[in-house]
Amino acid sequence: MSGSTTPAGLPVAELAEENSAERSHRGSRGSGREASGGFLFSPWHLVLIPVAVAMLIPMVWMLVTSVETLHETQRFPPVLLPHPLRLANYSDVLSQTPFARWFVNTVIVTVATVAGNLLLCSLAGYAFARIRFFGRDVVFIAILATLMIPFQVVMIPTFIIVHDLGLINTLPALILPNLAQAFGIFLLRQFFRTLPVELEEAARIDGASRLSVLFKIVLPLSGPALATLAVITFLWTWNDFLWPLITIYSPGNMTLQLGLTTFQGTHASSWNLLMAANVMSMLPVLLLFFLAQRYFIRGIATSGLKG
Amino acid sequence: MADVAFENVTKDFGGGVFAVDDLSLQIPHGEFLILVGPSGCGKTTALRLIAGLEKPTAGTISIGGIRVNGVSPRDRDIAMVFQNYALYPHMTVYRNLAFGLKERRTPKSEIDRRVREISSILGLDELLKRRPAQLSGGQRQRVAMGRALVREPKAFLLDEPLSNLDAKLRVQMRAELKRLHRKLGITTVYVTHDQVEAMTLADRIVVMAGGKALQIGEPQDVFSRPANLFVAGFIGSPAMNLLKGTAAAPAGTGGGTRITAGELTLYRVDVPPGDVVVGVRPECLTPGGPPHWPGLDLEVELVEPLGESALVHGTVAGQAAVSGAEEEQAILTGEPSRARLTAIFPASLRPGAGDRLRVAAEPERIHLFDAVSGDAIGSART
Repeated sequence: MSGSTTPAGLPVAELAEENSAERSHRGSRGSGREASGGFLFSPWHLVLIPVAVAMLIPMVWMLVTSVETLHETQRFPPVLLPHPLRLANYSDVLSQTPFARWFVNTVIVTVATVAGNLLLCSLAGYAFARIRFFGRDVVFIAILATLMIPFQVVMIPTFIIVHDLGLINTLPALILPNLAQAFGIFLLRQFFRTLPVELEEAARIDGASRLSVLFKIVLPLSGPALATLAVITFLWTWNDFLWPLITIYSPGNMTLQLGLTTFQGTHASSWNLLMAANVMSMLPVLLLFFLAQRYFIRGIATSGLKG
Repeated sequence: MADVAFENVTKDFGGGVFAVDDLSLQIPHGEFLILVGPSGCGKTTALRLIAGLEKPTAGTISIGGIRVNGVSPRDRDIAMVFQNYALYPHMTVYRNLAFGLKERRTPKSEIDRRVREISSILGLDELLKRRPAQLSGGQRQRVAMGRALVREPKAFLLDEPLSNLDAKLRVQMRAELKRLHRKLGITTVYVTHDQVEAMTLADRIVVMAGGKALQIGEPQDVFSRPANLFVAGFIGSPAMNLLKGTAAAPAGTGGGTRITAGELTLYRVDVPPGDVVVGVRPECLTPGGPPHWPGLDLEVELVEPLGESALVHGTVAGQAAVSGAEEEQAILTGEPSRARLTAIFPASLRPGAGDRLRVAAEPERIHLFDAVSGDAIGSART
């Protein structure tokens, strides 16, 4: 987890932990340019500003559309400054659809998946990092290799398994297949290997079992890695669409992403309501991003994998 | 508390490299034993074998008379201090000390009593609420020792515990360790590459190289009677001077052997003819010396004053021999026919660079080794 691998300019915050275990993988404080705190010009800005604008346009358009009338959404050229703002779109979404139900479903699925990944990936990651057993490296490489298989390939077999378990159209169908991910096992194994092994040896001599070494020594020192995994898993699960689409069909069991599609009809789509629902479904993700921005960067920078 | 024993223990990390090679060793209850040797000699592996962090490839390790080969570290009831201390960074000093007791389900009041007792012995009372990152090197070191001692283990293992401290603190902690051992009487196995630590602390030392124990004995004994060339070159600072020589039995000496190495000539009765290595410790070389002492003509190159004495470096006629214990073999000699020599002179005698003078050693204090096997020949006393 060497912070120096992050591209120049990305803010990598200091870890809260002041200890020797962390010292080796603490990120640098970004570049001197940032440390000065002023708006100094850099040639990078010529690239970054247009990219930032391009990425913001859809968000702004979503926000604008969410406060327009259906009529305004269909005008050309588009209405950029609707007047008056139609905030009723938001209450309409809440009253006309089971939005609250979808929100709760999504929270349940996401929380369960994140918790499952944190627990199971740390168990597996620790075994791969520290315990010598027959076939360890082969199994680990096999697990890594599954990262290269696109979801669409395993979708049907997974569906059949979930169907045979009788879980189709239930929330467990969304949770169970994602409880432990190869990515998380890989991420945590890599992190665990950077911790000084003497700490674990000292704990074992002190009388700790393997499991208590993991829970009392390794995990408390793995805050940054666990946070990264939690944040990435949260995003994946919250935004997942394809898997809920094929396993859930009754509106009461839908997640947000699936529920949003119900605004799109064959003949007409309520764009304004859809965008209002979109804004609301994005709020937790935005909030998370602001709170945990550094863990996104860390996760992507250290694993070399796209989040 | 218990004794620790190695019986023909071998540890092979694979690839035919034996970290520990057929090691047999008895460590009686309460002894302070030091494993000393250059890096890579297997001393740390031997320690880890006792701790259970490594499993022996062959042989038996026992603690307190019980074979522990397959016993996990937690069930061996030993304690270990690591070179980098390995304090749990996320716990306070108190919790660091209490961790081992908690894992062994000691009652809370008992934990508290023992933690407070050990913290007062080691002077940690003020630090109990701090985290390791807020401690100085010496304090961390004491916490690491406290964490080991608080459990009242059967044996106490230390892996180069003083090597991360500065010179002054090291001397201080060395004395503290010795006092602590006297007080508690726990069987202690201590690994170091520093022969001063080995000499000062140990009841017995084991000089290791290539996974084997080359000599086991009391420090003074090992110093005075090195069993072989390696031990001779390793123990003692500055290192023993070694010169290549030959032993021959000239006619008419009545069974005696004449040994010559460069200008140095001495007679022994118990030495078979052949190639030998002659060893003289720097402190045994006296400027001048009685005429019957074997002497050498030293050309002084450099004098290092040490206060009470001075280290005199120079060259003598003859060829230097290598013990195998030198950390750097690339010691350059000006001419192949001359060997480097170090002597310790009283500070009052300070020769200048370029001076030539005779140095001599008492014949009994000259060591002889077989040039081929490296084993000591005859008996020398220092």
